[in-house]
Parts: sequence; structure tokens; C-alpha cells
Amino acid sequence: MADVAIPRAKPQMTEAGAWAQLKHNRNWLGFWFMVPAMVFLIFFLAYPLGLGIWLSFTDTRIGRVGHFIAFENYEWLWDDSIFWLSVFNTLLYTFVASAIKFGIGLYLALLLNEHMPFKAMLRAMVLIPFIVPTVLSALAFWWIFDSQFSIISWSLKHLGLINQNINFLGDTTWARICVIFANIWRGVPFVAITLLAGLQTVSPSLYEAATLDGATRWQNFRYITYPLLTPIIAVVMTFSVLFTFTDFQLIWAMTRGGPVNATHLMATLSYQRAIIAGQLGEGAAISSAMIPFLLAAIMVSWFGLQRRKWQQGESND
Amino acid sequence: MSSVQIRDVRKSFGNFEVLHGVTIPIEDGQFVVLVGPSGCGKSTLLRMLAGLENITSGTISIGDRVVNNVQPKERDIAMVFQNYALYPHMTVADNMGFSLKLRNASSDEINKRVKRAAEILALSPLLDRYPRQLSGGQRQRVAMGRAIVRDPQVFLFDEPLSNLDAKLRVAMRTEIKELHQRLKTTTVYVTHDQIEAMTMADKIVVMHDGIVEQMGTPLELYDKPDNQFVAGFIGSPAMNFLKGHVRVNGVATFEGPNGVKLPLKTAPANSDGRPAVYGVRPEHFTIADDGAEAEIIVVEPTGSETQVFAKVGGEQVVAVFRERHQFNPGDKVRLKPDPSLVHLFDDATGKRMNA
Repeated sequence: MADVAIPRAKPQMTEAGAWAQLKHNRNWLGFWFMVPAMVFLIFFLAYPLGLGIWLSFTDTRIGRVGHFIAFENYEWLWDDSIFWLSVFNTLLYTFVASAIKFGIGLYLALLLNEHMPFKAMLRAMVLIPFIVPTVLSALAFWWIFDSQFSIISWSLKHLGLINQNINFLGDTTWARICVIFANIWRGVPFVAITLLAGLQTVSPSLYEAATLDGATRWQNFRYITYPLLTPIIAVVMTFSVLFTFTDFQLIWAMTRGGPVNATHLMATLSYQRAIIAGQLGEGAAISSAMIPFLLAAIMVSWFGLQRRKWQQGESND
Repeated sequence: MSSVQIRDVRKSFGNFEVLHGVTIPIEDGQFVVLVGPSGCGKSTLLRMLAGLENITSGTISIGDRVVNNVQPKERDIAMVFQNYALYPHMTVADNMGFSLKLRNASSDEINKRVKRAAEILALSPLLDRYPRQLSGGQRQRVAMGRAIVRDPQVFLFDEPLSNLDAKLRVAMRTEIKELHQRLKTTTVYVTHDQIEAMTMADKIVVMHDGIVEQMGTPLELYDKPDNQFVAGFIGSPAMNFLKGHVRVNGVATFEGPNGVKLPLKTAPANSDGRPAVYGVRPEHFTIADDGAEAEIIVVEPTGSETQVFAKVGGEQVVAVFRERHQFNPGDKVRLKPDPSLVHLFDDATGKRMNA
């Protein structure tokens, strides 16, 4: 190729203007690509969050501009037993529902990862609770747990197991069980399908190697599946906890926080105080009080369950 | 260590039979290579030996125990996988000691055996690393270490070198062979690479479409392939095949494509006029005045030898010369196969005709 001279246009060595330089600056260009996302996040996330926190320091009501009152809303809440009940309810709801969702989700994922007939169909069916709009499924549960027309009471009565209807949503304990059940029903598909995706990234030859090494099925799970799944579990459970903690639709459609505030979560109480009762400042304070809990949940997953040393793509050895 | 007997083993997936009655005797301490093109059933056979696949019919015994219904972990075999199957969340030492841990060996015992295996494989400085921090060759050695630690009756290798680059593959080949000479453990090694098979095996089993085409030492297979498939599979570059007829008019010759005359040492009895395939290895051609006329198409020097692609009777053949000829494309030369090293196969069955 040495004897073939490639004719090359002589580059124009004129001084490029500031605008021309800017046009070719990758950082400048990158900034403009980021702008749409930034605008979106600022207007729909950062601004409402900031506004909510600001409102919590004012005595704003619907239709009346509020004044800055510092921590007065929080001081009221501190002495408000219903607020503390809602905190307790939220924690109970979150922990019980998340733990059971994890258990059932992992079980389903392991089951669906096995070879079995109609696998694709079963996987699709598991997703059904997830794709039904929350309010619709909540209404369905509302009927299922209705004090007069409950299909459960009806069935148990016809089986001769009980004499009168169970007051599912009227009894404090039953009501808590019912909303937790509905939340689990709705949340399991997310956990199951995500964990299934995680399971499918585990190479089958690892199980074969472990089997030849003498591992039983339980040891296969204990020493291979579980450790390899921990990163996915961390992500899934963080999201699951966040979604459960901030749940609103299900409760509002089924019980509106009743009976006697037994199922009031922080989100529903905030809505009730702010929108129904018009006390925007107080409602905002309840909402803002959720932030430390949510941050704590994120921190736990961030520090406790962050990427393991053995994982690809990080050189923290 | 122990012998392995594979007797009339068949394997079906549903109605589809992939192994049609395979019988392979393996002696104690032998290094046996199962070789064949993809889909020939060699890996399936190995997995059946390991207990990862059921045996449809026939028997496999390890030592004097039939293992058809024995759990993989009770078979006392160790396997090295193509992708190594190292546990990514365990260090090298934990990977190697995992099987001992599952058998509740004491940690002293585990340490001792892992250390010994690490010394054999030069892995000692890497024991605390995770698999992702290792190079391909090191991972390969860890996979072998995992097998060695268990001190099993039989080693199984499933295409262990195919994920390595060419240079490393050659080095590991020697390393595995050396390891076998040292440990003398019965080994069954699956590969599709005939060079691996030739260089490593005590005994090669050539498989094709679920049957054993031929078994024997590497040189037996090279010198006397039983059929055209084995002849074409073993040796690189592959053997040249020319179709034609045997002619016996006082002196035996082979009439190749377009009437090209090729020499035969002797013709098989009653073979005059029989359609046959004439096989000659590229390295068994010489340039001689009484050779067949050939037109050179491409010349590929590799330094140690020169590969020459040429047309003989309109068919392309490859010849390899260790001496340096000055050839140019388009040159006319006379290629002569060495008659004593020529192979003759039946045209219809592909079976070897000459002794």
C-alpha cells in the first residue's frame, strides 16, 4: 500500500467561532440531551416534594394561603395518638406483607423455574394480579370481604363451619388481615417474576457441578441459588418495601382507614387530613414524616445488601 | 482409579434416539478421548457417565459396579465443564473445597487437600481470589483443581479447552496430559477437535451420528481408518478423496475423475472396475515425473511447511510439503501419492477396502 497515496483534502484551518466550538463540545451536547429528563424530574418529583415539605411548615388550608409556623404541625402530630396508630399500622402492614410476599414470591419463582407443562401459561397467570388496576382488585376484595355478601362467609356457612357472617372489614384484627392479604395478592407477582428473572441468570451448569460435588437439592439452594440471588433480592425487596409503605389505593378503596382507624396508613391519614378535611399543612406534615422511614429502608438495602465483592464489573477487591 | 465399561448404551429424547448402542471399554488409568462433530452424541454420553442424563438402555459400570441407577454424587467421578462452572460467589479455595465441605470433611482436611491440589496446578497465590478475577487459563485450572481435590475414580472433561484462545489451548493440552501422567486417573475427555484427541489420547473413540465409527490409538486411526468418515475426520489438513474406479490390468491402478491415473500398491481381490474412493493425505504427496498432472491454485506457506491447493482431474486436492518448492498459481506440476500410504474406500458403504 506504500505506493498508493491517498489524496486528502487539506483541512480548512480557519479559527472556529465560539458557537461552532460549542456545537462540537460533547459536554454541551450531553447537557441538552439531559434537559428533558431533568425538566421532567424537577417538575414532577423535586418540585412537589419540596412543596410538600414547605407546606408541612405552614398552616395552609384548602382555599387559604398559609403562614409559616415552623414545627407546629409536627408538634401537634407528636401528641396525636391517631398519627402514631397510623405509623404503627404502616410498619405492621409493610413488614408483614413484605415478608410474606418475599416468601411466596421466592417459592413461586423456584416453582416456575422448574420444567413443567404449561410453564409459559403459568408464568403469564402469575402476572394477572399485577396487571389488574389496583382499584378494581380492591373493589373485588371489598366484595369478597363484605359483611353481608362475602363469598367466604357464604362458603363457610354452607360447609357448616360457621353460623354467622364474619365481619371481615368491621373487626379491627380482621380488617388488618384482609388488607394485608389483598396487598400480598397484588404484590406477589412483582416479587415472583423478578426473582424468576434472577433465577434464570444462574447457569444450569453450576447446579450440575454442585450436584456432582455431592450437593442435595437443599444444599443447591442454600449454597448456589440463594447467594447468587441476593443482589436481586436486595433490589426487589427494597422496591417492595417502598411500594407497600406508601400504599394508598388498596386501603382507600377497601376500608378508608377504618374500622376505628385500624387500617389507617400514613398515606391514607395524610390524604384524609389534607384533602378531605382540608388541612393541607397537617397532611403535608404526615406525608413528610414518611421520608425518614423511606430513607431508612433505602439505606438498609444500600449498605446491607449492596453489590457483593464477587460480582462482575466492580473492582473493590 | 478404576476401569469404565460402556455396554450397548442407547439414549433417546422422546422418540428421537441420539445414541444407537455404544460400547466402549475403558481400562484403568487410560486417557480416552471421545471425538466427533457436534451432535454426534459424545457430550450426551459423557453426561450419562456423570449421571446428569438417564440411560435409556444398556449399562455403564465404573469399576465393577453398574451405575445406571446410582446418584451422580455416589459415582465418585469429577467433571470439568466447558464453561468451567465455577461458583462465582466463592473464592478459588472455596470452589475447590466445596465438595469436601458437602461431605463434612474437617477444615484441616479440606485445607490440606486444597493446598496440595493448588500446588500441583500452580494456583497457590490465587486461592483467595474470586473467579471473575482470574484469566481464562487460571479458571480452567481451578476447574481441574476442583476435580483433583476429590481424588475421584474417573475424571470427565467436557470440551474443557474450547473457551480458551489458540495459544493457551496448546499449553493447557500439555498441562492436562502431564497431569494425567502424574495422577494416572482414568480420564474420559470429550472434544470436537481432532488435534486435541490425537495429542492427548491413549485411545480415541471417533463418534458420528450416535454410533462409534472407530476406536483405537491415535496412530492406528491415522494409519488405518476403518471408513471414509474417520479418514476425513482425523488428520489436518483433511485427507483428499477422489472418486473413481479400481482398474486391474496386470498392474493395479485407480482411475480417478476425468481419467486421471493414480497408483495403487495392490488392488483388493475381485475389485476390477469397482467404484471406489481414493484417499490420500496431503502430506503423502510428492512431486514426481510419473505423478498425476495438477494445476496449482493457491499456495499457503506456514513456515514449517507449505500447503498447496491444486486441481487434479478437475477436483481440488491439498498437498503439504515440508521442503520449499517455488510454486505459483497456474503452474502445472505432477503430484504423486505414495502408493503404500494410500487408502481405498468402498464408494457405497464408505468402508475401507485395502489392507
